[in-house]
Amino acid sequence: MQLRDPAHLVSPRAIAYWTVRAVPLWILVLAGELLWWWGSREHTGLHVALLALTVLFAAAHLIVMPRWRYRVHRWEVTPTAVYTQSGWLIQERRIAPLSRVQTVDTERGPLEQLFRLANVTVTTASAAGPLRIYGLDRATAEGMVAELTEVTSHSQGDAT
Amino acid sequence: MSVPGVEQNASWRRLSARMLLVHPVRELGQSIPALIGLVVAGRAMGDGQMWWLAPLAVVVVVGLSVLRWVTTTYRITPEQVQLRTGLLQRKMISTPADRVRTVHVTASALHRVLGLAKVEIGTGSHESGSGLSLDSLGVAEAAGLRAELLHRSAVASSDRPGSVTSLDTGAGAVDMPGGAALGAVPVAEAAAPDQDTELARMDPRWVRFAPFTMSGVLGAAAILGIGSRLLDQAGVSVSDVGPLKVGLDYVRRTPIWLDVLQGLVGLVAFVTVLSIGGYALSYWGFRLTRHPGGSLHITRGLLTTRATSIEERRLRGVELAEPLLLRVVHAARLSGITTGLKSKGGADGGSSMLLPPAPGAVAREVAAQILRDQAPVDVPLIAHGPAARRRRFMRALLASLFLIVAAGVAIWAGASLWVALAAVATVPVAVMLAVDRYRSLGHAIAGDFLVTRAGSLYRRRDVLERDGIIGWNVRQTFFQRRAGLATLTATTAAGRQQYAVRDVPLPVALSLADRALPGLLDDFLAAPGRPI
Repeated sequence: MQLRDPAHLVSPRAIAYWTVRAVPLWILVLAGELLWWWGSREHTGLHVALLALTVLFAAAHLIVMPRWRYRVHRWEVTPTAVYTQSGWLIQERRIAPLSRVQTVDTERGPLEQLFRLANVTVTTASAAGPLRIYGLDRATAEGMVAELTEVTSHSQGDAT
Repeated sequence: MSVPGVEQNASWRRLSARMLLVHPVRELGQSIPALIGLVVAGRAMGDGQMWWLAPLAVVVVVGLSVLRWVTTTYRITPEQVQLRTGLLQRKMISTPADRVRTVHVTASALHRVLGLAKVEIGTGSHESGSGLSLDSLGVAEAAGLRAELLHRSAVASSDRPGSVTSLDTGAGAVDMPGGAALGAVPVAEAAAPDQDTELARMDPRWVRFAPFTMSGVLGAAAILGIGSRLLDQAGVSVSDVGPLKVGLDYVRRTPIWLDVLQGLVGLVAFVTVLSIGGYALSYWGFRLTRHPGGSLHITRGLLTTRATSIEERRLRGVELAEPLLLRVVHAARLSGITTGLKSKGGADGGSSMLLPPAPGAVAREVAAQILRDQAPVDVPLIAHGPAARRRRFMRALLASLFLIVAAGVAIWAGASLWVALAAVATVPVAVMLAVDRYRSLGHAIAGDFLVTRAGSLYRRRDVLERDGIIGWNVRQTFFQRRAGLATLTATTAAGRQQYAVRDVPLPVALSLADRALPGLLDDFLAAPGRPI
């Protein structure tokens, strides 16, 4: 028994978004190392090696991670369920029946607005199982929220 | 169905006036460190001129509790439970009566002397402070209120559409030790409280399991911590206290191995006494009963008595916990997986406790009775296979390897060679841990329940009603993907919110998910034979 991938990819602009989002962390690390070097003014070779290694890792991360994510992040909504796939090193697939969906939110952070992206969060009665889809095209996200709201408004019960 | 007694109850009521005796005593007790501080400060600040500070504080504390009594009123109307508090900042909390999910009745020793009890009404909301607490009512009034509220919410909920009642079906198939034929009693007529069926009662011999729980260790740590803080606050050095000074002198005169041995023996004795005391205090007189109206009742406590009720329709399963130490003496604990209770923390963090540490056989039998199904408790679990076993060993041995490397670095930096020996000694421990962790790992589907078990130091068998599962998370780390394993997590609105089947081969995980909730995965399955 095997699961297939969810049908839809996220927006290709998500690659740029994930790259930009990861940059500040690496800048912080590099700044820390530079400060340390400036403070100690010894072991020049060691510091240069460390810096070079960090730059190498940063480049690898910034190049590999977004593209890997883009290949993994997928989503699908059927008349009965929501199905998402996310992650890169750690990958996770989440399935929730629409009859158990409680809220559907869409959110656009400042960075996401810059890339004209939106994310959608589908929550159930469990605190453990929100389904998040990042890097959606804004129109897609809005259409999806409308569709989900329409479907879930017909279901009965308190979804626990 | 009309609820008797509502008309008379619709006016605003005060808490019992006897609470005036409870609050000052307790609040004075709580503020003793502050009072000591005031006295010390008063003495230090001037030649006794500030002596009036302490009595003033006492007056303020007493005054505040009188004020609280005067300003706190509550009432119960057919639709609402309302509580008004506060003098300057008036606050009114209302809760729809049919939302009441739990009613706890607690009575501390002081309460009991005065014939009082504290009633906490839980609505199952995740917001903190949303519950109502009535501290205190007379015992009879508290018991009446509890029965009234629970009965009413049971009546209100039984005709609500869509509520899951599958736990309530098939009653009578399990034989009860109390001897009552539960299934034969129609629910509506069986509301009389004296028809409860007893599922479990504490046997005083169970106290022997107390030293095998962590409660004694935690208690000892707390006592030592508070003790040292008190000494510190009072400005006393440890070596100045008479008995301790004698002890320290003795330690200086005797060889070190003797000190260590005596210290260990003393500590073990201390922890044992504490844990036994704690067990007796918490669980003395423990009784678990089933009310025909569809709820479980727990009463317990030696000095402070507690009464808790759990509606069975909110019970989505049980957790059978067997920590390593308890397993050594063949004991286990039981707690409920319930919706609408706060999952962690808070004063009622233990409210889903169903059985204190008790013999394993008893725990399993009680679990089967609560679930009305023997299968989930006894069913042999399906092991997760060689890849999962390799992963257990890999993780345990990696931890050992890390310690050995760390020891190597430490020795290189000048530490004693004993460090290396200690690090190497962790290898057999790691191996044993891995073996046991793999042996614990397993899952099954038994009737209406998903069963999953994992852990060694803290082994838990979770039995979750399949109906209560509201989604699946299939998680694979990089290494899990290479090993073809996945962690399948069932999400639920009850208990811990998620119950995981760890490191199970991916196809097995999917077929398990498919069997537990048939139909949900159908749309997303790959055509057989097609690679992904």
